[in-house]
Amino acid sequence: MSNSKIQDFFGKPLTIVNIGLGSMAQSVRDQGVPVLDVDWRPPTEGLPRLHTTQSGIDIDTANAEACRRIKSGRPVLVGMGIARDVIPGMHAHMILHAGPPITWERMCGPQRGAVIGALVYEGMAQDEAQAEKLAASGAIEFSPCHHHHSVGPMAGIISASMPVFILENKSFGNRAFATQNEGLGKVLRYGGLGPEVYTRLKWMETDLYPTLDRALQTLPDGIDLRSLIAQALHMGDECHNRNRAGTSLFLRAIGPALARTSRDGEILARVIEFIDRNDHFFLNLSMPAGKAMLEPAEGVDGSSIVTVMARNGTDFGIRLSSMPERWFTAPAGIVQGLYFPQFTEADANPDIGDSTITETAGYGGMAMAAAPAIVKFVGGSPQLATQTTLEMYEITFDEHEQFTIPALNFRGTPCGIDVRLVMETGILPQINTGIAHKNPGVGMVGAGILRAPEACFREAFDAFQRI
Amino acid sequence: MPVKSIIKVGEYHDSVSLMLVAQALSSSPGVSDAAVVMATEANKGILAQAGLLDEAASAANSNDLVIAISAEDEASSTAALQLAETLLKAKVSAAQSGEFHPRTIHSAAAAHPEANLAVISIAGRYAANEAWQALRAGLHVLLFSDNVSLEDEIALKKYAVDHGLLLMGPGAGTAIINGVALGFANVLPAGPVGIVSAAGTGLQEVSTLLAKQGVGITQGIGTGGRDLKEEVGGRMMLAGLRALQADPATKVLLLVSKPPAASVTEEVLDQIASGTKPAVVCFLGGNPAIVQAVPNAVPARTLQEAALITARLAGASLMETADLLKQEDQQLKAQASSLSSRLAPEQQFLRGLFSGGTLCYETQLIWQELLAEAVYSNAPLRLADKLPDSNHSQGHSAVDLGEEEFTVGRPHPMIDNDLRIRRLLQEARDPGVAVILLDVVIGYGAHPDPAAELARAVGEARQIAAQNGHKLIVVASVTGTSGDPQGLEKQTRLLEGAQVIVCGSNAAAARLAAYVVQDRSDEK
Repeated sequence: MSNSKIQDFFGKPLTIVNIGLGSMAQSVRDQGVPVLDVDWRPPTEGLPRLHTTQSGIDIDTANAEACRRIKSGRPVLVGMGIARDVIPGMHAHMILHAGPPITWERMCGPQRGAVIGALVYEGMAQDEAQAEKLAASGAIEFSPCHHHHSVGPMAGIISASMPVFILENKSFGNRAFATQNEGLGKVLRYGGLGPEVYTRLKWMETDLYPTLDRALQTLPDGIDLRSLIAQALHMGDECHNRNRAGTSLFLRAIGPALARTSRDGEILARVIEFIDRNDHFFLNLSMPAGKAMLEPAEGVDGSSIVTVMARNGTDFGIRLSSMPERWFTAPAGIVQGLYFPQFTEADANPDIGDSTITETAGYGGMAMAAAPAIVKFVGGSPQLATQTTLEMYEITFDEHEQFTIPALNFRGTPCGIDVRLVMETGILPQINTGIAHKNPGVGMVGAGILRAPEACFREAFDAFQRI
Repeated sequence: MPVKSIIKVGEYHDSVSLMLVAQALSSSPGVSDAAVVMATEANKGILAQAGLLDEAASAANSNDLVIAISAEDEASSTAALQLAETLLKAKVSAAQSGEFHPRTIHSAAAAHPEANLAVISIAGRYAANEAWQALRAGLHVLLFSDNVSLEDEIALKKYAVDHGLLLMGPGAGTAIINGVALGFANVLPAGPVGIVSAAGTGLQEVSTLLAKQGVGITQGIGTGGRDLKEEVGGRMMLAGLRALQADPATKVLLLVSKPPAASVTEEVLDQIASGTKPAVVCFLGGNPAIVQAVPNAVPARTLQEAALITARLAGASLMETADLLKQEDQQLKAQASSLSSRLAPEQQFLRGLFSGGTLCYETQLIWQELLAEAVYSNAPLRLADKLPDSNHSQGHSAVDLGEEEFTVGRPHPMIDNDLRIRRLLQEARDPGVAVILLDVVIGYGAHPDPAAELARAVGEARQIAAQNGHKLIVVASVTGTSGDPQGLEKQTRLLEGAQVIVCGSNAAAARLAAYVVQDRSDEK
């Protein structure tokens, strides 16, 4: 073919990537030529480099398609509804939960607590004791949120009469769902129980939901969440553990419509207060936005891109684009955290929640460099936050085009975790998360970071080798 | 336990910093629990649950910072509150732990779209994978690593050529690309000569000899030693040749290699004939007549001859190369006969100790032509002349100390002189030795001051020879330029200070050495 490119190279300033001897780099550096040192390590013995699948599909091509779908997704908040009416497959005796499938017997404390709370909230049980019996009786069908186009933070419990946000990916037409965020502390999603939890949930159903719903009905184009996430990333959020900017942006976007559709000034004031005081209100929009963007990437033959990462507090599970029905699981990890007063690591439940959908979609821990305000989680300095994100580029196939990081000269966020790269580099996805108390009924005890467990990636890679 | 608190009105800190402070307070002496929080309603609830909410804290609002301590005595809580103040004021050190290094070529290239050349020097068994990654990322590659399989080399070069990329190597120790010396290479002037070489030190020798004539280069492309084998098909030499033919800055081409496979020779010569630029072809040990017949092509038998012809084609005001070499030969012969007179009768043999493989090879070609006796080597021209034991010379011997048998687990003799110095002393003990020939290769990548160490060793070698009543003749050439970090002139001076006879090229040094012993045979 053409050798024009070799000539084009002549006369150009060199920028060298050095892999190996430091002396090679040094002598070039001595000549004033920029050198990028690769911190190269020998690959795991016996790990095959996969370029095509057994069935002959070019994996890079498949991954490019999966990532194209993720990047071109445009999730928009189009409305709200009651779970049983709008979530496909939902019914009165079903409870959706975070993470891969799990039985009541294997469920962790906070998830059990949240199931108990939801049954009380639904009026299916008089009290928590009765709810626990009902949950264990087999009369309740447990199903992962992810099997219903939904995601839930922490315990991730969605019961039939909970109000949910409805998102539509305008590029592909698929929908995604999530509940409204309750705030921090003693809340249902952290397994918190008690009258204040139920009262808050009821208020969210009777006051918050109708107020937001009426406002959204007057916005024919909905609220473009891709745009809000992109802006929030420029305002110090990574849209998983920090949602302060996103929450503010959401209030601004919906504010006029809230005012115009208000029937009661006091209720409106309380709605605004509630959202304002809950820095994580936007989490329950950034999560389903991730789900809405990732679902079209499910089912690309030959793709090794991770389309789901989710935890139920017992297991950590992932799914691959090319095997969208199959969960690969490993025990959920322990979060390295900072704790609220009176709590310690001994109180912590293992990693829990569907919120890792944000990392899967290319923000959250992937975009740590965008969130200097919470860098204490990764060791305390903005430089370490930047390094965390730079490290994540090692395991992603692509970079997002809409989501960019100012501190990295507006480079796109790491997007499309490639299970091959995870195995080749040994670098595991960075996860930012909250910490739930291990016992039912207590609630949130801290926040922190951890890496996804290697075992489920290894299992997925092994299965992927055989397709 | 008593609770003590401080309210800092309107002082905002992010919650994570505050949790860190609280953590430090909780572990300070006498403190049972501590909280450092903004006094939001939610946080006040948490304080109340923990029994840390006193009256002052209850009254604070969400813009205020609360530091609350539960401690066993007044002193402990006061100390803890002071600690809190200190920690809150502590500025995070600006100095951070090092810069981030990408772990893969893929991510280095993604982060730096301006990156255009990968230099790979990791263990051979991993090198091909990395070279693939570099080519796929659109990078040209200098593959310094050895021990890459022939199959990998062929596949990599096929891909590179198809995508307009250079894949120099495997085993490419030298390249000069866009004026930058890569690997073992010298500081050279820019000029009209484009070089493609399958031999690393061959490329260093011709490029520095050109520089000595004031002639510079556009590019020095190293192809790796196997490129001109039938299986590889000269892919990189052909690609480099085509690129230089099309490069407007390149006026004269210079190719250096051992004689290629017949089919490859034909392709290379066809490519030269199809262009318009003159090409000097130095197929060391090949048949010049084949080259002579080809339009644009000029054969050269040694690296020195190649450099001189090329320099002249590039416009250096030199006399006809054949005349120049004849003139030099006369001087060398005169010098040889005066040297020869110092030798004892039994001093008959030449010993070449080389750090550069191609210089060793060139020397053997010259010696073979000028000497009646066999020339032995660990890397011989003919299998029959292989040294039975690489560690012991016999007759005339030219030893390539850069061969793998010497370098496993040891630095290359261009970097570390120890091996060569030991061998030099060993040769000096041999009463049959007349002349020791050395190559001194300087430039980037090489030892910072090889002549200093070698000169010392030569002094020692002379003393050893003197114990036999012998005078030892040591001849050397310095492959390098004035601009090299070690400095051509300084290296030459150091060697001459140890009575080493320094010639202007390896070929001249080899001829001088040969003439010294040739004269002796004549005497007999």
